[in-house]
Amino acid sequence: MADALLQVESLAKRFGGIVATDDVALSIAAGELHAVIGPNGAGKTTLIAQLSGQLAPDAGRIRFAGHDISALPMYRRSHLGLARSFQITSLCLDLSVLDNVALAVQAHAGHSFRFWRNARGETELRQPARSALARVGLSAREHLPASALSHGEHRQLELAMALAGNPRMLLLDEPMAGLGPEESARMVGMLRELKKELTILLVEHDMEAVFALADRITVLVYGRVIASGAPDEIRANAQVRDAYLGEAEAAHG
Amino acid sequence: MSGAFTPRNIVAALLFAALLLLPLYAHFANDRFLLTLFTRIIILAMAAVSLNLILGFGGMMSFGHAAYLGIGGYAVGILAFEGVPSGFVQWPVALAASALFALVIGALSLRTRGVYFIMITLAFAQMAYYIIAGLARYGGDDGLTIQKRSQFFAPINLTDKVQFYYLCLALLLGALYLAWRLVNSRFGLAIQGARSNDTRMRAIGFPTYRYKLVCFVIAGTLCGLAGALLANHTDFVSPAMMYWTRSGDLIIMVVLGGMGSVIGPVFGAVALLVLEETLSGITEYWQIILGPLLLLVVLFARGGIDGLLGKVRHG
Repeated sequence: MADALLQVESLAKRFGGIVATDDVALSIAAGELHAVIGPNGAGKTTLIAQLSGQLAPDAGRIRFAGHDISALPMYRRSHLGLARSFQITSLCLDLSVLDNVALAVQAHAGHSFRFWRNARGETELRQPARSALARVGLSAREHLPASALSHGEHRQLELAMALAGNPRMLLLDEPMAGLGPEESARMVGMLRELKKELTILLVEHDMEAVFALADRITVLVYGRVIASGAPDEIRANAQVRDAYLGEAEAAHG
Repeated sequence: MSGAFTPRNIVAALLFAALLLLPLYAHFANDRFLLTLFTRIIILAMAAVSLNLILGFGGMMSFGHAAYLGIGGYAVGILAFEGVPSGFVQWPVALAASALFALVIGALSLRTRGVYFIMITLAFAQMAYYIIAGLARYGGDDGLTIQKRSQFFAPINLTDKVQFYYLCLALLLGALYLAWRLVNSRFGLAIQGARSNDTRMRAIGFPTYRYKLVCFVIAGTLCGLAGALLANHTDFVSPAMMYWTRSGDLIIMVVLGGMGSVIGPVFGAVALLVLEETLSGITEYWQIILGPLLLLVVLFARGGIDGLLGKVRHG
């Protein structure tokens, strides 16, 4: 536990009367792929928003790589190596695919108060961007506007942008959402590769993907952690079956 | 696509060739009004180019951009009135005052978004308008006549209409070059990213507020220069040059010409002001014709004139 890369203690967030995050504790070791699952409305996206700095928690502490980042704004967390992808595709749609990734590189290449030189001609921005695109298999599409890509490709581009900043940890918010079976399989393959180099927090509904990829799983229900452990323990946990898996299986069968 | 002979580039080249030769034509046709009209067009085109930096590239819908025309203009007017005719003092003061105003307005208004941003920029510009209209020493509502245009060293003489025209044209070209470098630089890409998706830009590590603020100040300063030129052009400054309808005119030029295209606002300024001039010659109610025209552009040609030219294919 001492060498956890990301450590969350008694995190809380409420919206009016709704408790979206209720005393959540989480500890993710370096190199781990940690999945967070839970039924709709369990507060998974709210949790990621607080970890990335988009939302300020009402209480609690978030430590990342030895820094207390609870009060840091989003861009500072990003500079520390905490990268986030969005559940709802969030790209600069009117810019080109390569521009999107190059901006992610640029964000980590010092300040951008450079007013004169043509940024689209700078190899130190374009080169890493191209290699991030290659990693997610989008090289052939780099000159298209981001709006021209398919939904599956948007997810890949999201991932390329998160990778472009050379992060230490990825926060992935439902990377498989809306993907067809084939695209999902490709995404799982990609995450399995990334997992070798990066620490990943994965919020995902696709149980097959979660159990295939995760080293540890945390189950969130109504903002509370009801269980946390290895995939086998989670599968065997009666409370989890009740609250979540049973429900999902019932729906499928 | 990106070859030199796109319809857009050809039209732009023809336009600038025409602008370059215009004084010659005006001279032989003995049409002094034409020169005056186009000097005004060029100056307002420059103001529109500056507005486009924040509106088109930064996605900041400022409804108070004419304030900088007034501030730049009054910097020249007030200094001339107080016996400081040197352009070497007047112009830097015009730029600095505009930059400072933009810094304060930007720092406050960029914390808001959408309609609130529009309203707050409008409110600040109107505040500046009423403050200037209240300066009794400098003519108040009636404005201030400038007895002597800005003085520079020997060969430069702004009272020479042709020379002044070419100075404005050169400065417009300079502004376009500056804008072009700017929007393609790292800074420019960061600004366009923030226009497209501010949250995402912050998530990948951009403190977007700072970049937008600097962009806001650059645009305000450039418009302040246009204001200084305008004051010299009309030999007169009045609060009317910064009234909110003037800000609206600048927005129309940008939208008509093409938001987010460096050259677009120049097309827009030329089209709007030439149209205004021609139509008002035909009927007193020229705005009845202009209104529907603008509506058509907004409905069917989102990219404005520049967008239409970009769509035209060869052959």
